[in-house]
Amino acid sequence: MAGRYKDKAGRPVVAITGMGIITSLGTGKEDNWKKLAAGESGIRTISRFPIESLRTTIAGTVDEGYEPDIAPSMHTERIAKKVGEEAIAESGIGGIGSFPGPMFLAMAPIELEWPHRFDLAEATGANDNVTYADLVRVSSQERFASYYEMAKYGIVGENLADHFGTQGSPISLTTACASGATAIQLGVEAIRRGECQAALAIGADTSVTPESVVRFSLLSALSTQNANPAEASKPFSKNRDGFVLAEGAAALVLENLDHAKARGAKILGIIPGSGEKSDNFHRTRSSPNGKPIIGCMLNAFKDAGITPEDVDYINAHGTSTPENDKMENTGLAAVFGERAPKIPISSNKSMIGHTLTGAGAVEAVITTMTIQHQRIPPTINHKVPDPGISLDVVPNVARDAKIRTAISNSFGFGGQNACLVIAGDVN
Amino acid sequence: MSARREVWITGAGLVSCLGEGLEANWQKLADESPPAAHDETTFAPYVTHPLAPINFDTQIPKKGDQRQMELWQRTGVYAAGLALANAGVTGNAEILDTMDMIIAAGGGERDINVDSGIMSGIKAAANPGAFLNERLLSDLRPTLFLAQLPNLLAGNIGIVHGIVGSSRTFMGEEAAGVDALRVTFERVAAGQSNISLVASSFHGTRWDLLLVTELGRNLLKTPFKPVWDRGERGGLAMADMGASLVVESKEHAEKRGAKPLARLVAIQSDRNRRQPGEIEATLATEWAAIEPKVKKDKAVVISGASGLEPPTSAEKSALAKIGLPVRATGSHIGHGFDTQFLANIAIACETLRQGKLFPACGSGDTGEAPKEIAQVAITSVGNWRGEGLALIEKM
Repeated sequence: MAGRYKDKAGRPVVAITGMGIITSLGTGKEDNWKKLAAGESGIRTISRFPIESLRTTIAGTVDEGYEPDIAPSMHTERIAKKVGEEAIAESGIGGIGSFPGPMFLAMAPIELEWPHRFDLAEATGANDNVTYADLVRVSSQERFASYYEMAKYGIVGENLADHFGTQGSPISLTTACASGATAIQLGVEAIRRGECQAALAIGADTSVTPESVVRFSLLSALSTQNANPAEASKPFSKNRDGFVLAEGAAALVLENLDHAKARGAKILGIIPGSGEKSDNFHRTRSSPNGKPIIGCMLNAFKDAGITPEDVDYINAHGTSTPENDKMENTGLAAVFGERAPKIPISSNKSMIGHTLTGAGAVEAVITTMTIQHQRIPPTINHKVPDPGISLDVVPNVARDAKIRTAISNSFGFGGQNACLVIAGDVN
Repeated sequence: MSARREVWITGAGLVSCLGEGLEANWQKLADESPPAAHDETTFAPYVTHPLAPINFDTQIPKKGDQRQMELWQRTGVYAAGLALANAGVTGNAEILDTMDMIIAAGGGERDINVDSGIMSGIKAAANPGAFLNERLLSDLRPTLFLAQLPNLLAGNIGIVHGIVGSSRTFMGEEAAGVDALRVTFERVAAGQSNISLVASSFHGTRWDLLLVTELGRNLLKTPFKPVWDRGERGGLAMADMGASLVVESKEHAEKRGAKPLARLVAIQSDRNRRQPGEIEATLATEWAAIEPKVKKDKAVVISGASGLEPPTSAEKSALAKIGLPVRATGSHIGHGFDTQFLANIAIACETLRQGKLFPACGSGDTGEAPKEIAQVAITSVGNWRGEGLALIEKM
């Protein structure tokens, strides 16, 4: 297609024409934006399971679609459906059940959960020593048939592909806490290759279970400031002590700009480029010199054909762990030099917590809304600045700003680093 | 957009129950007729294909690194090392610095002793919720989480072998393996990547993974039979395997003087809801897309049939219409879910080099090798979802 819009590298330009979001603050863009701009927190004491003995007892749970003992994968599917529906409806492309492109789904790994293991254990009739071999012995009973598909790694993607009518093999992926950004990247790349005119990128995570809380606790990753949940997530503050586990989902309809303009779609934003760079220093820690984080942002600028001077706002990874925020500061100082303290940067995680595999998509949607509204949601709970961090974190109160181009950072365990460049419409 | 580039496979690594490396696997495929590398006792009555003994030290020299990984990660990191060595890029910092990775992985191996302890104690616990929390906190090893996360295979490959361009991990059993290679193929062809590692590993000889398969009543019980002949419901023989490919643009490979194992000509992946006739229809559509490129008198099929029914019979019927000679690897190396397709691409590369087919095993292994094998089509019909088809050719 000989389109009007090409980027500097001669590739199709990728637009965002629909978005949907669910976080612990609420369901839908309108509700979320209102609360984000007001600096509200969605973090609460966990009430869906017993919290005795846990070191961390707070989280940003999503009640939408939740019911007791629901498999997390089923909860993920429900909120992914909701955000996908919101995005497709806004875009006006195809319809629910006839989306004209592929789907890229960022989500958490799937496995059987404790309620199911306990059901199987009960069926074994064994009293004091239940083994997996015992579970296998009873597993072929008809009443457990529903557990089979539930534990399939592709189940959520397959069900969503049926629901939305997306084309081809749905791709479920993880790059840990960068997953949502990776899903968007894959969609952008497919459109640039000319494989499709549109793609649906979704990130969804509903990992607030006892075992997830324990696993992250054992890695000393979580805040233990349980007494006042709303104030626990304090990215870039001196007294930050870990991230707050949270649930959330977001969806973006990505579309070839020519295609979108031709059908008169409203352009919510543009994704001029993205970048990645892996870190092999350690399984959970960043290279002390920050090179991979720096490289990831520079790769994104190169891909987008921009310079650091063009960046008006940074949507931080900003997890509120001592390590992440320090390294993000180091990386930003290296990339932006003297300008680093002057560019507004804020962490949505201060309000919604860390939505893990959903975060990259959730924060891309919020970044796009930030550009649309020309208003920056704050980094809340910023009462004790960290003297080691020299950034303008938009403390506590939202701020109007002129934003043409923004970046959204996502970093994850396993050395995953991704950076998205997001801009307003082309004119 | 610039013209599509040619895509080469310049390295392959494979470990399975048959051994390590393409040649060793090929020799066993050729010699062991009927297939012998399966285990009927460890998980009786279920048949499994455990990994052949491997000296992990040769690809993962640091014991500390090995300790940080569960077997599925060690297997995958090992196979990745074999592929990098095969491609001649081991330790080449300049290339590894920009090398991309797409991994197909499920992860999810659990500490079955911890789980057993909790399942055994929960009934007597006064407060089950508190009991679960306490036991998880006290019994789970902190590093186990990292040994379970799917994307930590990529993380460990980065740490051990130094690949630091990018990594993405696809989840979803067989379809993840096909899509990992398909997306890599498209990225390299379009100039979005110059050189990529595609890798996967699966450690299926574990009770916790047997469980999730048997919930669908899908495990193969003794006696062993070839994948094509496992009766009305069929059966999967869980396997251990790691497979890895270095995929590269022709230009990039030529510039560094790399010798290709094969040209990756085409790759298709799709899905359906598995209603009667849908597997055959999807395979037929995929075949129609690649058929113009197939040299029919010089081509053979390596099938990824799992042994589960009805998908295996559906594939058999679709392949019968295509009419090329067929060999399924599952009868020999078992089923490795995410990893099977990449393992079969590796075996297909060796098939091109050998110019022969291994002996037939079972009713779906049909036809004889033509005088010259110039192309191999590789199928992947997922045990539950996903149909894929690739074509590679000799250079």
